[in-house]
Amino acid sequence: MQKNNGRKFKAVVIGVSTGGVSALKLVLGALPADFPIPVLVVTHITPDSDDGLAILLDTLCAIRVKEADDQEPMIPGSVYLAPANYHMMVERGGTLALSIDPLVNFARPSVDVLFETAAEVYGPALIGVIMTGAGNDGSKGLSKIKSCGGMAIVQDPADAEMDAMPRSALQLLKADHIVLLVEIPPLLIRLAGVKP
Amino acid sequence: MTSDELTDIEIKLLMEGVFQVYGHDFRDYSEASLRRRLTNWLSGSGFATLSLAQSHLLRDRALFDTLLRGITVNVSEMFRDPAFFKAIREQVVPYLKTYPFIKIWHAGCASGEEAYSMAILLLEEGLRGRFRIYATDINEEVIRKAHEGIYPLQEMQNFTRNYQHAGGTGSFSDYYTARYDHAILTPMLRENIVFAAHSLAVDADFGEMNLILCRNVMIYFKKQLKERVLGLFDSSLSPGGFLCLGTKESLDHRHISNHFEEIKPRTQIYRKRYAKK
Repeated sequence: MQKNNGRKFKAVVIGVSTGGVSALKLVLGALPADFPIPVLVVTHITPDSDDGLAILLDTLCAIRVKEADDQEPMIPGSVYLAPANYHMMVERGGTLALSIDPLVNFARPSVDVLFETAAEVYGPALIGVIMTGAGNDGSKGLSKIKSCGGMAIVQDPADAEMDAMPRSALQLLKADHIVLLVEIPPLLIRLAGVKP
Repeated sequence: MTSDELTDIEIKLLMEGVFQVYGHDFRDYSEASLRRRLTNWLSGSGFATLSLAQSHLLRDRALFDTLLRGITVNVSEMFRDPAFFKAIREQVVPYLKTYPFIKIWHAGCASGEEAYSMAILLLEEGLRGRFRIYATDINEEVIRKAHEGIYPLQEMQNFTRNYQHAGGTGSFSDYYTARYDHAILTPMLRENIVFAAHSLAVDADFGEMNLILCRNVMIYFKKQLKERVLGLFDSSLSPGGFLCLGTKESLDHRHISNHFEEIKPRTQIYRKRYAKK
């Protein structure tokens, strides 16, 4: 729990689709190992993917990256990727939960499912980030984060490899920050209250 | 209090009522999924809140059945996680072949896709007539559906791909007949499967199983219920029997974990140890 202009954030949720691997490399790669709050990521991957992406990102990033296990407790300084073919959700009490409920927005994992359940648990203490991607997954979720008092960050569509996902989010809600991809890590670091 | 917090209270109250009236126990289901499923049900129900629906749900069995369906229906695929079925074929079947008769409990079989997958695998391994699969689910309606073995034709492409990746030795199209937009599984597959209603939350164990399959069912349960179910599985398995969990589940830090050994890291296939010498 860290302060930022009186606001304390408890978690970051990130949704990304097409173009996600290089975007995640850049964003997660710039977060420090002692990033003070957990980061939860949904990226659209094919149903039979293994945890290769998490392992790759873990080797490239200072911060720990892993694929979420069922009912895993979240710890600060860790990034949790939703496993292929499962929705990832947040439970009260700070654990992750997985489900094989039907696809949402043609996706499992779905960004909306993560964002909505995280918003229900964290309310105003949540930062939601939508980055490059096709489709509109995450728009409703980010809107829910906003309505629960949380903060919405959207990658500038002009900067995104695929602009549909950020554009769709911006049509549905008023983002707190519309930024370039490279500006996302310093923003998160500032909001999470990492000491310089 | 936020409306989400109020919803949580309504869920608790409703689940207590459902347990006392109908005997279905969802009080230890994990909250995030339950909340999503109940919210979905509510949005199609015509009621504004769960509290308003509760009075009707506790009095009207037919209405409750729609809720039950909304809470419990799980979706699966034939040969979901092909690597798992491949591991069964390559690393478990050789042990199973040494038994004269193999009893399998498929707990939480939903509409039967994985039970039929297991039947196909065992038939291809030459075990015809030597196994029985007890496929159970809490939802009786889903059990009837599972028994029919009819699936949307559009799923077959995915099922076929899974089957091939799972090391299938035949041609998947031999196992079903296409009728209009449905695929009907060949009745032979059903010969060795017994479908039955069973609640992991309230019912007792099954005796002397050689293999228990329960994948992506306990992810919907809280810790306490999970421990109960694992206890059921432990007492239902013969020594040397196999317990198969979903890809992201494990026995780590569970009270029965020292009775079991994972056959190979990260397969989520565990073997029950023989009693200590």
